[in-house]
Amino acid sequence: MGVERIRPVRPRVPATLAYALHRLLARNGAYRRLAAYVERHPVLYRAFTAGERVTKERLFGCRMCGQCALPTTGYACPMTCPKQLRNGPCGGVSPDGSCEVDRTRTCVWVTAWTRAEGAARGADLDLLQRPVDNRQWTRSSWVNYWQGRDEGLSVAHDAEDPRPVMVDRT
Amino acid sequence: MTGLREALDSGRFVVTAELAPPRDADPGAVERKAAALRGWVDAANVTDSQGANVRMSSLAGSVLVRRAGLDPVMQLTCRDRNRIALQSDLLGAAALGVRNVLLLTGDHPTLGDHPDAKPVFDLDGVQLVWTARTLRDDGTLLSGKPLATRPSWLIGTVENPFAPPAALRARRLAKKVAAGAEFVQTQYVFDVDAFAGWLGLLRDEGVNERCAVIAGVGPIRSRRMLSFLTGRVPGVHVPDGLRRRLAGVPEHRVEEEGMRACVETVQALAALDGVRGVHLMVFGHEDEVPDIVRRAGVRHAAAREGGG
Ligand code: SF4
Repeated sequence: MGVERIRPVRPRVPATLAYALHRLLARNGAYRRLAAYVERHPVLYRAFTAGERVTKERLFGCRMCGQCALPTTGYACPMTCPKQLRNGPCGGVSPDGSCEVDRTRTCVWVTAWTRAEGAARGADLDLLQRPVDNRQWTRSSWVNYWQGRDEGLSVAHDAEDPRPVMVDRT
Repeated sequence: MTGLREALDSGRFVVTAELAPPRDADPGAVERKAAALRGWVDAANVTDSQGANVRMSSLAGSVLVRRAGLDPVMQLTCRDRNRIALQSDLLGAAALGVRNVLLLTGDHPTLGDHPDAKPVFDLDGVQLVWTARTLRDDGTLLSGKPLATRPSWLIGTVENPFAPPAALRARRLAKKVAAGAEFVQTQYVFDVDAFAGWLGLLRDEGVNERCAVIAGVGPIRSRRMLSFLTGRVPGVHVPDGLRRRLAGVPEHRVEEEGMRACVETVQALAALDGVRGVHLMVFGHEDEVPDIVRRAGVRHAAAREGGG
């Protein structure tokens, strides 16, 4: 992890389809029980995680950070940003929208913005994203998400809470 | 020592300048640069191996600048340090009397002199700003462990108003302000009209009241520098008008024309509502700063004496 060459990946499914898929996979009691069951059985967990990896790698260039940000980034994976930015584009995006590190690729955050804005979800990019827990690499983000572990991944700032706390001690 | 905080509090037009530490262990190089700037600027940004090229650390540079009687703004990037090292350096800076920090993501190592280095980027620039505010205002580490003595620096960040996606740039700064940024220094401004447009967006977001905007400015010294800035430095946008202006004079007059354009830009920015100051980027030509400040007329004699 981390030493391979990371380059922005353009998702292979349209944003609208991804948002629709998410509704299918959205958290509920059944998924939570399924996730807990899968996690208790190592062989099953490995198979499940392998399935997630294959699917999400193909579709989004997913690198298995285990703490999926896709629903808040127009389904463009921020972990394919060479700088691993979780909170939006760096200042080096070139005028044509290409990545400062690899001019042959579109900045993943330009892609994210275009896709999210196109689905009227641009405000997702205003969320403050907390740092990733590096212990979660290679773990299944679906199992984590269904069990409610993604709750604190991001927080909104608004008039009511102009300066959200970073360290969530709940 | 008066510095950036006092200048911002007083409400007058602020001038800061970039001070790059040397590529060796010579403290004298920092002292000489600081001496050239002292009295002309409110604070000097000490860069953190800028462009991913190895230099003396920004922490050491900041301490030397402070010793030379100038208020340092310590720049710190996420490029080379994980969250342990970042918090550790932030605390160390506070202990050594550094009163301002400027927190950013940093350039990718492949763009610098050690392209074979491992990129770290454990946190991003927004998260680093947020971390600093957590240390200072909440008095805890990211682990939640309490700090008996809290730092008290002013927290700054950077933004590039001209990089795509244009519609997101003001909102991205709003996010950094929510994370804790109290001042922002921008990438080079050559196009004042475009910059004014961005300021308008900031006003709509309510960012101006909570974050002091300091515009980045610098002279273009030669045709070579012009092509370097347009081609190799990420995120710099030189408008066609300025390009034509510099192309229209003979090579030996490009420097003077570039300086004139820079002074005009400073004056135009000073006249804009919502610009609290300028940040001068002179790349090793610290001796030019007094000239720019004087010609632009942005600093009063009284302030000059107070700055020393
Ligand atoms: S331009 Fe910057 S933010 Fe965009 S993908 Fe490249 S490194 Fe990441």
